[in-house]
Amino acid sequence: MKVPLSWLKDYVDIPVSIKELAERLTLAGLDVETIEYIGLPGAELPWDPEKVVVGEIRAVYPHPNADRLVLAEVEYGGPEPEVVVSGPPSLLPLRGQSDLHLKVAFAMEGARLWDPYSEEPRIKKLKKARIRGVTSRAMVCSEKELGLSDEHVDIIYLPDDAPVGTPLAEYLGDAVLEFDIQGPFAHLYSVFGIAREAAALLDVPLRRDVLEVLERHPAELTPTPDFIALEIADPDLCPRYSAAFIRGVEVKPSPFWMQMRLRRAGMRPINNIVDVTNYVMLELGQPLHAFDYHLLRPRPGEDRPVIIVRRAEPGEQMMTLDGISRTFDEEMLLITDGGGPVAVAGVMGGLESEVTEETTDVLLESANFHFLNIRRTSRLLGLTTDASQRFGRRVDPELTVKAAARAAHLMAELAGGTVVPVIGDLYPGRQPQRVVVFDPAYATRVLGVEIPTDEIIRILTSLEFQVSGLQVSSLTDSGEPETLNVMVPSHRLDVTRPIDLVEEVGRIWGYDRFPTTLMRDELPPQRANPRLEGAERVRDLLTGCGLDEVITYSLVNIEDEGKLRPQGPPPDPADHLRLRNPLSAERAYLRQTLLPSLLHTTRENLRFLDRVAIFEIGAVYLPVEGQTLPDEPRRLGIVMTGPREARSWLEGQDRAPVGFYDLKGVVEALLAGLGLEGTFEPGEHPAFHPGRCAQVSVGDGAVGVMGELHPLVREAFDLPEQPVCALEFDLDGLLAAWGAPRRMVPISVHPPVYEDLALVVDEAVPAIRVRDLIAQTGRPLVRSVVLFDVYRGEQVGAGKKSLAYRLTYQAGDRTLTDREVAKLRAKIVRRLERELGATLRGT
Amino acid sequence: MLDQLRQVEKEALAALEAVEDSDALAAWHRRYLGRKGALTLFLRSVGELPKEERPAFGRAANEAKARLEAASEARAEALRQEEMQRELERGALDVTLPGRPTGPGHLHITTQTLRQITAIFAEMGFQVYEAPDVETDELNFGLLNMPPHHPARDMWDTFWINDEVLLRTHTSPGQIRVMRERYPEPIRVILPGKCYRYEQITARSEHQFYQVEGLAIGHAITMTDLIGTLTEFARRFYGPERRIRIRGSYFPFTEPSIEADMDCILCGGAGCRVCKYSGWLEVCGAGMVHPVVLQNGGYDPDEWSGFAFGFGVERPAMVKYGIDDIRLFYGNDLRFLRQF
Repeated sequence: MKVPLSWLKDYVDIPVSIKELAERLTLAGLDVETIEYIGLPGAELPWDPEKVVVGEIRAVYPHPNADRLVLAEVEYGGPEPEVVVSGPPSLLPLRGQSDLHLKVAFAMEGARLWDPYSEEPRIKKLKKARIRGVTSRAMVCSEKELGLSDEHVDIIYLPDDAPVGTPLAEYLGDAVLEFDIQGPFAHLYSVFGIAREAAALLDVPLRRDVLEVLERHPAELTPTPDFIALEIADPDLCPRYSAAFIRGVEVKPSPFWMQMRLRRAGMRPINNIVDVTNYVMLELGQPLHAFDYHLLRPRPGEDRPVIIVRRAEPGEQMMTLDGISRTFDEEMLLITDGGGPVAVAGVMGGLESEVTEETTDVLLESANFHFLNIRRTSRLLGLTTDASQRFGRRVDPELTVKAAARAAHLMAELAGGTVVPVIGDLYPGRQPQRVVVFDPAYATRVLGVEIPTDEIIRILTSLEFQVSGLQVSSLTDSGEPETLNVMVPSHRLDVTRPIDLVEEVGRIWGYDRFPTTLMRDELPPQRANPRLEGAERVRDLLTGCGLDEVITYSLVNIEDEGKLRPQGPPPDPADHLRLRNPLSAERAYLRQTLLPSLLHTTRENLRFLDRVAIFEIGAVYLPVEGQTLPDEPRRLGIVMTGPREARSWLEGQDRAPVGFYDLKGVVEALLAGLGLEGTFEPGEHPAFHPGRCAQVSVGDGAVGVMGELHPLVREAFDLPEQPVCALEFDLDGLLAAWGAPRRMVPISVHPPVYEDLALVVDEAVPAIRVRDLIAQTGRPLVRSVVLFDVYRGEQVGAGKKSLAYRLTYQAGDRTLTDREVAKLRAKIVRRLERELGATLRGT
Repeated sequence: MLDQLRQVEKEALAALEAVEDSDALAAWHRRYLGRKGALTLFLRSVGELPKEERPAFGRAANEAKARLEAASEARAEALRQEEMQRELERGALDVTLPGRPTGPGHLHITTQTLRQITAIFAEMGFQVYEAPDVETDELNFGLLNMPPHHPARDMWDTFWINDEVLLRTHTSPGQIRVMRERYPEPIRVILPGKCYRYEQITARSEHQFYQVEGLAIGHAITMTDLIGTLTEFARRFYGPERRIRIRGSYFPFTEPSIEADMDCILCGGAGCRVCKYSGWLEVCGAGMVHPVVLQNGGYDPDEWSGFAFGFGVERPAMVKYGIDDIRLFYGNDLRFLRQF
């Protein structure tokens, strides 16, 4: 919302600078987003007070050498009138006339003005020039040259009472404050509302003259009109409907001052009738609508027109002012006449009953509608207007008659009409006066700072609350606590509780004056958070393994999830949570796996990097039958691809592509870091290479799959032809057993015995079975079993492999003898032979 | 005999001069001082001398042996020095060559920023509480004092799943969850998490972002506590020299509501593009928990009071690290992420 300072000053004196005013308003919660200066210092083009002034064209003469130019004699407050060369179309017919009194913007030599002919905005300095043989040292300006608008065909004419010689900056300069006000506060959506706040903040009086129209014309308060039949069929949605009748108007452009104010407030002037409705809306915050009285229809058999406020019939239609035909549902409120809808209540008028140049009599509507209903209608129709924005923020129902009277009188003044001395007013939704009992100690309790009671009373009074003094509570003998009875003004529909008054006191007193404290309240019980700590531990372990963390979008395209099973059926949208209003097809569903986004991220990064090793920890969203909300289990995803080591000049670097065992190494490091034991079994998953996929379990539970991607999946994600390792674990499952403190294992002081054991087994025997059998049989003397070589080849024969282990034998209580070790070794070998058909290599 | 002894000693010392490495020294030692060495053999021959000459010869021989041992030690030490010198000369490297690539990966900048934030609040007693991304309309809006069609709902553009279910637009629904879970304990938590808004993706706005909500509930929590807590946070996070400005604001779930601004760290308050020429940057929105919200959480507003605050995580990181495009966060270009 834009508020011109010049307008604001109608209601309140501003004893501080514009900047300070903006700062004070902002601190009090009325956020001034920008200050736009017009002609004043701070503007892109400040008008030089010495060189740009109000002038008066007294005479117009023909230019001796040009048909389309004139010589204008301009009075500007100097010793002699100045004769300037000019060429606006409006002056051409006046050639030869003297005794003119045309007020204009007059610029003298040296004045800085916008160059009207430059393509790019450019400021030029006015110089003396010879134009077709006549010297001109000054000029009369267009709006474009002053930076007021793009109008450059004609010059700007000022009102007849503009004082000649006054600096234009003083007469026409301004600053426009643009506010960003959140919340249901229609009382702040008006120049007057802002003035009220400014008065409270600056501790200066508020001039209420404009609102006193009614007090000056008390006779007009007659609720039953004879010019129209009024009926509110749905009072739940229309608490009040007032109407005024203005007869004999002449529809024409508004005067300069009104047009200027409307434009500065961001509205386009249309004609004097419509402009008055907008002007009063901007001024007081009450949206108004003007009907052409003669286009309103009576009920059959009646002679005066009728206004009926009612809910629409389903499917009822009307063409709104913007020329669009609208269809309504049965919760939308319409203004209708004897023939059908004439306006969408509180949103927009109908085209058929619009005020036009032919209009002579105006029915002015000033009504109040239920804010939630207006919001609903506005949203469903996709139609936001100045009226709907205000009604949707709760307009004071007490305003209707005041605003109608104000507008009617302005119309009479500007359009020459006469106000019929009757105002129709139906007010079924009148609210009782609200009184809030307010204990100043409560403000102290909430704010933490004691604001003196007299200051509280001053603040509330300046915002037009009526405070009926300190009342001694009858509950206590000591006369404490003392409370205030606060009568809430009608425009403060947001104030119903003491806390609402605390906020008023706090923000007007100024939060910048508050001291800071740290909580002295009791510290709540502190709790461990294994869920978070576990995830953070995983992050640290994985970055320790050289992986980079990424965070991708929760919203995905499920077609990508389908790419993980290239030979399976496409994903069923019914299994996924889908947004009703997605931004795009790419972000329409909530993900159920992290992998597609990680693979996209990998592909994007491979454009610039040769190796990518990334992980993500994040939720997936699984709908559950019978639950309103989905489950949000956390997942861990990893993707690794590219050379094992980054390129360098050093010898011995490993540029082979990462494969299954690199990923497994990361998983083992992760599990070891978490103190967990994992088991790896051959896995099956459509996304993975069938021979290079493992199912991983921790404890009794499967936590996920890992492996190298299936070539078809690699292709589907447009990844290069190299192994791409990927993993997806259920993080909560992984961490289920995490967190138990580990028991220390004593370190033996007795010497270990090392021995290598090379075993030949069938290719099909998984290495883990050999290892487990050695460890089991050797327990407790075999302390570690490390595989250090896998060999396939002629020496062991086809279909066989040799696995070489280094065993460490050690006892905690004695030095082992050779005999003991030999005996245990023989036992291990026997068991391997018997259960796995293993043979010792080289025997 | 004594002459012979002198001769052997002289020969041995001369040979020692020629010894150039530790192997040769060991050979020399064997040759002269070993069990079958020249001097040893010589000493054994003492028996062949007349009895009266034996002591003098024996003394001389032992002295010669000691001298040779000492000379050998000295030679050995000299050789060690020489060898070390040679190793040091051989070992010189070009220290400007790059090292072997190694080292940990990078935490996402959002994770890093969240960790900084949670660490600062942890010191003030705020613990982390997590709440789901997919929420009900009731928790996201209704119980936060925004019934259906409430005007304040316009402040959040919402992704809807259906009439009742949405993607949370802010972390505030967690307030209700934690209150209902913890009542009647006092509360001091922060609620970090992903939020979603129906916004076109531009350099300044994302449809997915992180927020951190804070909530303190107790018997004597005040606005000055809130201002103190936010000031403390801003100075810890952005630097002790920061100036904080508190201004009135509006949120339906707090009253009074405030916003905390900080002097722009780029221009120091003079006005620049980043602070939109205001000199101030928004730090967070906050306020005293609205009595209706306290009540909805199960806390009696006559006995309890509290404050809440909330702010985005990306924006502070952008300000702190000079990041000019929010899309970089979840675009996951490793060339960006590896900078932090």
